[in-house]
Amino acid sequence: MEKLLDVRDLRTYFYTYRGVVKALNGVYLTIKDGEVVGLVGETGSGKSVTARSIMRLIDPPGRIVGGNVFFEGRDLLKLSDREMTKIRGRKISMIFQEPIIALNPVLTIRTQIIETIMANRDVSVNEAEEIALELLEAVGLPNPKMIMKRYPFELSGGMAQRVFIAMAISANPRLLIADEPTSSLDVTIQAQILDLLNRLMEEGRISSMLYITHDLGVAAELCHRIAVMYGGRVIEFASTEEIFKEPLHPYTRSLLKAIPRLGYYDELYTIPGRVPDLVNPPSGCMFHPRCPYMKDVCKKEIPEYVEIDNSHYVACHFAGVKDVR
Amino acid sequence: MNIAAYIIRRIIFMLFVLLGVLIITFIVSHVIPADPIGAILGPQAPPELIEKINREWGFDKPLYVQFILYVKNLMHGNLGKCIRTNNPVLKDIIIRYPATIELATTALIFSLIIGIPSGIISALKRNKLIDHFIRIFSISGLSMPVFWLGLMLLYVFYFRLGILPGPGRLDLGLTPPPRVTGLYTIDSLIAGRLDLFINTLRHLIMPGFVLGFGAAGSIARLTRASMLEVMRQEYVKAARAKGLIERVVIMRHILRNALITPVTVIGLIYGGLLEGSVLTETIFAWPGLGRYATGVFLFLDFQAVMGVTLFIAIIYSFANLIVDIIYAYIDPRIRYG
Repeated sequence: MEKLLDVRDLRTYFYTYRGVVKALNGVYLTIKDGEVVGLVGETGSGKSVTARSIMRLIDPPGRIVGGNVFFEGRDLLKLSDREMTKIRGRKISMIFQEPIIALNPVLTIRTQIIETIMANRDVSVNEAEEIALELLEAVGLPNPKMIMKRYPFELSGGMAQRVFIAMAISANPRLLIADEPTSSLDVTIQAQILDLLNRLMEEGRISSMLYITHDLGVAAELCHRIAVMYGGRVIEFASTEEIFKEPLHPYTRSLLKAIPRLGYYDELYTIPGRVPDLVNPPSGCMFHPRCPYMKDVCKKEIPEYVEIDNSHYVACHFAGVKDVR
Repeated sequence: MNIAAYIIRRIIFMLFVLLGVLIITFIVSHVIPADPIGAILGPQAPPELIEKINREWGFDKPLYVQFILYVKNLMHGNLGKCIRTNNPVLKDIIIRYPATIELATTALIFSLIIGIPSGIISALKRNKLIDHFIRIFSISGLSMPVFWLGLMLLYVFYFRLGILPGPGRLDLGLTPPPRVTGLYTIDSLIAGRLDLFINTLRHLIMPGFVLGFGAAGSIARLTRASMLEVMRQEYVKAARAKGLIERVVIMRHILRNALITPVTVIGLIYGGLLEGSVLTETIFAWPGLGRYATGVFLFLDFQAVMGVTLFIAIIYSFANLIVDIIYAYIDPRIRYG
């Protein structure tokens, strides 16, 4: 499989009154054609900023200050605004955490879905209307004609997310970025949306996907590979199987321990400490204040992101050393 | 809910507002310790005469009886008599209100034409030079006293440069067009007198600008704030993510939402302009309600004061009714709410 997306050393900073928030500190990430990659991490670890940086949707005071985002061999960060507009929606599309607020409150669903189709495909209004109806049907919305006339506030969260998915797949993009698309929904609706995404992949309507979530369970269910983020970096990236069976980074291990399990009644493990302050980040490895295996070198040097085993990447000074733990 | 039901509901609501205005102005003008009869007759008036007039005007009756009497007269279109002009108050108002409406409307148009684009540009070019310039300009618009600006403009453009006419609605010596609406701009067009129309417009420029300048400042600030608020919204980001070109994002997604706020306050601003016309009309010798109001207030002529207040409240309520209808049209959440 070929690399569809290759993110290298991506850095995005926010210039706030409090100081420079280094939201992304050199993110590495690859997605192969036809693959689903999960991006997991706590709130504030930089998952959404990564997604938005790939899409070049960072507003001031934020700025992408360095790195490359190679997509189909071209660096998206070097494209003009106009060329980037042609990538969005056509080649890479995105769905959002809160579908209701991602839809424009004063426009009908019809207007919003048709404008999307017409922006990305060379069709007439009538053709766009037909495509829209077909798509709404495909994402499992009953009575698409009625839905078209509605305003976003008349839809439930699940319906709105389905509408958004319909728009996102309308131009058959190569890559779909899903930014926690189920986090704001009820549990039963979450399952339905996941089923829908699975089905759309089987049908070939979604080819590759970057799925952002803070739920490792969801990631396990959906993804071929999982990237774990901490403090604005990907600190471990491997196949889903390896992440669960042989996690190398202490943070990934802690995360796995913190998953509640049926049948275990011990107190749930929590990771001590808190997420790093990205204005004044800890020296060296950002995880060192919370790490149970911390050594002197961890305070001084930032661990490099390296390939340990075949396609198992990790950023930890002791990742290769087996008996440190 | 459909739009007709919405409008009917708003009109019923408006009647309550007007009743409230009526009660408040009535109470205020009757409890303040002023003696209108004394003010007219002077300190030397014989007590029997004062008593006689008090009885004639019903001032000796209890307040609620006076109020009922007043409302009953009101129903018959009788707003009482103006002591100063000796005309029925209604007639005085009808003669003068078109001048004020014309002035306030011109001012509103000025303030919108200046305020809304300034606010939009300011927000789109946030923290650039043009943004700072517009913000300073709008603050100065808000803080500049009307009388000062009015006199300065008169001095420069009328007295010094002579490119704009002086006070009044028309040049001296010109006869107003035959009255149909009382608005010279419209009446002159109905009469087919283009010269009168242009003359009226020229006379409207300075007072309209002076009155609208402050409002332009607040509209610009409001539009800017509203734009910035909308630009931060998730749906704007989502619109870009969908692949829409920037022009469509701005026109359809940002402006459409950002202009809701300024539109909703146009009614309030219009009310402010009607009020503000008192000063402007005085400076520009504008024969409107504002100047009339100043006169009757100074004379403690309460029948006229209440008449003017009520009349302005009615116009104000109508302006807000229209705004509410526009609001319902541009924001579906209101229409169905």
